[in-house]
Amino acid sequence: MGEEVKLFAVWGSPFSRRVEMALKLKGVEYEYIEVDLQNKSDLLLKYNPVHKKIPVLVHNGKPIAESVVILEYIDETWKGFPLLPKDPYQRAMARFWAKFIEEKCMPALFKCAGTEDREKAVEEACELLKLLENELEDKKFFGGENIGFVDIVADFIGGYWLRDIQEIVGVKILTRENLPKLCEWSDEFVNHVVIKENLPPRDKLIAYFRTRFGPKP
Amino acid sequence: MADEVVLLDLYVSMYGMRVRLALAEKGVKYEYKEEDLRTKSQLLLQMNPVHKKIPVLIHNGKPICESLIIVQYIDEVWKDKAPLLPSDPYQRAQARFWADFIDKKLYDAGKKICTTKGEEQEAGKKEFIEILKVLEGELGDKPYFMGERFGFLDIALITFYSWFHAYETLGNFSIEAECPKLISWAKRCMQKESVSKSLADPKKVYEFLVVMYGL
Repeated sequence: MGEEVKLFAVWGSPFSRRVEMALKLKGVEYEYIEVDLQNKSDLLLKYNPVHKKIPVLVHNGKPIAESVVILEYIDETWKGFPLLPKDPYQRAMARFWAKFIEEKCMPALFKCAGTEDREKAVEEACELLKLLENELEDKKFFGGENIGFVDIVADFIGGYWLRDIQEIVGVKILTRENLPKLCEWSDEFVNHVVIKENLPPRDKLIAYFRTRFGPKP
Repeated sequence: MADEVVLLDLYVSMYGMRVRLALAEKGVKYEYKEEDLRTKSQLLLQMNPVHKKIPVLIHNGKPICESLIIVQYIDEVWKDKAPLLPSDPYQRAQARFWADFIDKKLYDAGKKICTTKGEEQEAGKKEFIEILKVLEGELGDKPYFMGERFGFLDIALITFYSWFHAYETLGNFSIEAECPKLISWAKRCMQKESVSKSLADPKKVYEFLVVMYGL
């Protein structure tokens, strides 16, 4: 039976890129559907009526929403290149850090791009990333020798999103002085053979961030 | 080698109850340690340094945190009895999606009911009922959320049932009047021994909230 895999995504979204990274790492072919967030299609609203957001993966007509839920689904459905470890304790740790990134790091980092109480936001973000860096220890990736679940969920931090936002906004969060190991990890991340082909076009991303976060004329 | 299982918890916590329920379903023996959240134990701070929260399961000395992550861990370790997640990946994804939905929405809406008055409280009640109605829709006519068998998603939601009495009293409304099918499901779950012995007494939950919020 033919596999039909569709992904509703947005070119610049770290959330939908996570799903693309997982599919590419596993060699799964899929149809990419770009969503206009200002003008959501009936199809998207049908596939994700609860949150009305991207990404949504549709596998043989059945939709799955929420990027971290989608990642686990992909890992359980396509066995090549496992993203989560086999050992239950290691799996629990991976899920814990993925949740930490999603629920603590991401909101804190977005706050740094805002204009309210920026200094405090940056301090908080740095503290959270320090905890993440401690978890990395001396590993090349959070997944060990190779990319895994946590690395993918941390794409916003490892990819160009954070680096470019912090430069445009004028804050120092992920720097070699503050977070040397995490910086090293992010270099490995963007240079990974599959990941580097799956990041949003950098100039387009920078232009978008300038419009959204840059100083107003 | 015998398994050593310790649970750091709070009697009234709906999150802690999820873990107790999963352990009961699997028939796992464990040592229960009640935490006082105003003076957290050294053990809690050591076992959950990142969040400093309960529940924490300590299995042979190794800590696992976050209730739904703990429940999945329990399901994977004690896999020979009472599977909590379905075996089909799509069904598993649905269970995780809805459990995530509950975690993102329900507690905060409930908190508004407990801690506000007037228009704000009315908004909280409306939000709370809307969330329950969406879940009720997902349940449909099935006996349990994933079908014939009690499992992960039932565990994620049923523990909030022990807080319904408190929400209803503080908000002066009836959840059963708005969501009869959901209450029917809850009563069905309560007939299971693992559920009735793992959920806190609703009166004690109410008393706890009165003290905590100074009501």
